[in-house]
Amino acid sequence: MKPKPHPLVWLWYAVMAFLAIPFVFPTLWMLSASFKSAAEIFASPLGLLPHSLDLGNFGQVFRDYPFAAQYYNSVYIAVIVTAATIVLAALAGYGFARLRFPGRDLLFIACLSAMMLPAEALAVPQFVLFKLGGLINSHLPIILLQIFGSTGALAVFLMRQHFLGLPRELEEAALIDGLNRWGIFWRVMLPLSKPAMMAVGIFAFLNSWNDYFNPLIYLSNPTQFTLPLGLQGFTDPLGGVFWHLTLTASSLATLPLLLAFLVAQRQFVESLVSSGIKG
Amino acid sequence: MVKEVKPRRAKHSGWESRWTGLWFVLPFVAGLGLLFLLPIAAVPVISLSHWSLLSSPRWAGLDNYAHLLHDPQFLRSAWITALFVAGLVPLNIALAMGLALLLNVRVGGVGFFRMLLFSPVVVPAVAWALVWRFALQPDFGLVNNLLAKVGLVGPNWLLQFPWALVAVVVSLLIEHLGLNMLIFLGAIQAIPKELLEAAAIDGANPRQIFWKITLPILSPTLFLVMVVTTIGALKVFAPIYVLTSGTDSAEVLMIQMWRQGFKYFELGYASAIAWVLFLAMLALTLVQWGLRRRWVFNEA
Repeated sequence: MKPKPHPLVWLWYAVMAFLAIPFVFPTLWMLSASFKSAAEIFASPLGLLPHSLDLGNFGQVFRDYPFAAQYYNSVYIAVIVTAATIVLAALAGYGFARLRFPGRDLLFIACLSAMMLPAEALAVPQFVLFKLGGLINSHLPIILLQIFGSTGALAVFLMRQHFLGLPRELEEAALIDGLNRWGIFWRVMLPLSKPAMMAVGIFAFLNSWNDYFNPLIYLSNPTQFTLPLGLQGFTDPLGGVFWHLTLTASSLATLPLLLAFLVAQRQFVESLVSSGIKG
Repeated sequence: MVKEVKPRRAKHSGWESRWTGLWFVLPFVAGLGLLFLLPIAAVPVISLSHWSLLSSPRWAGLDNYAHLLHDPQFLRSAWITALFVAGLVPLNIALAMGLALLLNVRVGGVGFFRMLLFSPVVVPAVAWALVWRFALQPDFGLVNNLLAKVGLVGPNWLLQFPWALVAVVVSLLIEHLGLNMLIFLGAIQAIPKELLEAAAIDGANPRQIFWKITLPILSPTLFLVMVVTTIGALKVFAPIYVLTSGTDSAEVLMIQMWRQGFKYFELGYASAIAWVLFLAMLALTLVQWGLRRRWVFNEA
């Protein structure tokens, strides 16, 4: 059934185009600001098109600030968190979905509660714990709290849902072929779980990339910072913000995610929607 | 042929230890136990102490809680939190639903608009907050510039109490609407077409169809989204902290807790605030569960 052309369609386009402005403008404005000089950014604040494609801001951001180190920190932490989340969630999700063992329901309820409760409110005891371990001013608390927090619990929940949806016959056939549990998990179930692992990986990566609260608590040295903290470091000694540099750095922190989103829209939407409903 | 072998070989799985499953979940659950479950148990205990990190903890009984009731800073941020949640959650849900209905059409380019409205969800929260902070600068910011053009003097958006809250709510709405919008859109499009067509044939107008059919069918999704959005609103930290530069112009309980715990290192007092946050969250969720029985449509 093809929709008939309707005069209302044009009205719809007009309304949507208008409504889209506040959603799109801030991002485009930020990206365009990264090509503007400090003077231009104030001279024509509304302009989306910079006068020239000046790349000076980019050079300055990397040259005068520990931005490269901060970028590297964000990347390597997010990669570790993503990989660990996928592996642990696949294992635990399979265990909860397909195996019976003593205490299973209780442990699963613990995961559910971790999914719903705000891990941030546990910052004090967590801090005490890491202080006892001598891990303040290291990346380890940030990595571990991402992996074993709400994000991780949500990942376990989603992987469990996924495994529950796979037909049991597959495992029975594999048992007949003489595979043990590990073999079934590794050779049969995991190859069927790529989309689910992708979904879990996307929101684990985004949550790690976005994490602000824990770095704020555990890190004090700018070269150790991750991007969210680092973005606020483009100031003069009195705290005045260099906006052209701040927005350039923000663009650099945003761009890879935005490009990945444009390339893999469907996966991003699926991942975030599933995390939004269940988390 | 395979079927014949099955019963005999199926015994094979009987050799499997009943603990096998535990090995699968253990790596995650062990970490969760140490970094999540243990802290949950510790929060109420620490909240009964005076503890400033440098000294060792002293037993305080309910002192911290008694102090909460007389602490103007705490009461102020509790009030701001209530306003923030009451402003953000209903607006988020109503607007997300409205946008979902607008996008529930078959027109060329609908996917493009869906992508545009969703795109802020992918932008890092701090980058988004910084752009807004720049746009809302009192003297040279974009918003006040535009207001000046029509002869209005804009307020100091980020440092004055009610305006900072307005700014935070608006920027968060635009950032996150896309997510709930797509959740609702998915649920709307899963409604069987026959149901809506039958109602239309019976003479129901679009408004009646929405209130009497679409909304009741969506109510389980609506309920879930409401719970998740409320909990999410209570734990917002970075956007508010960045927008208001760590000042107290829109200081919600999360920020108050952070300030007490990690600026003043009053670990006991911060834990009391954390416990209040937990209880508030629990209470709100329970209230919503109670309401659920009233208005969530059951297929049974």
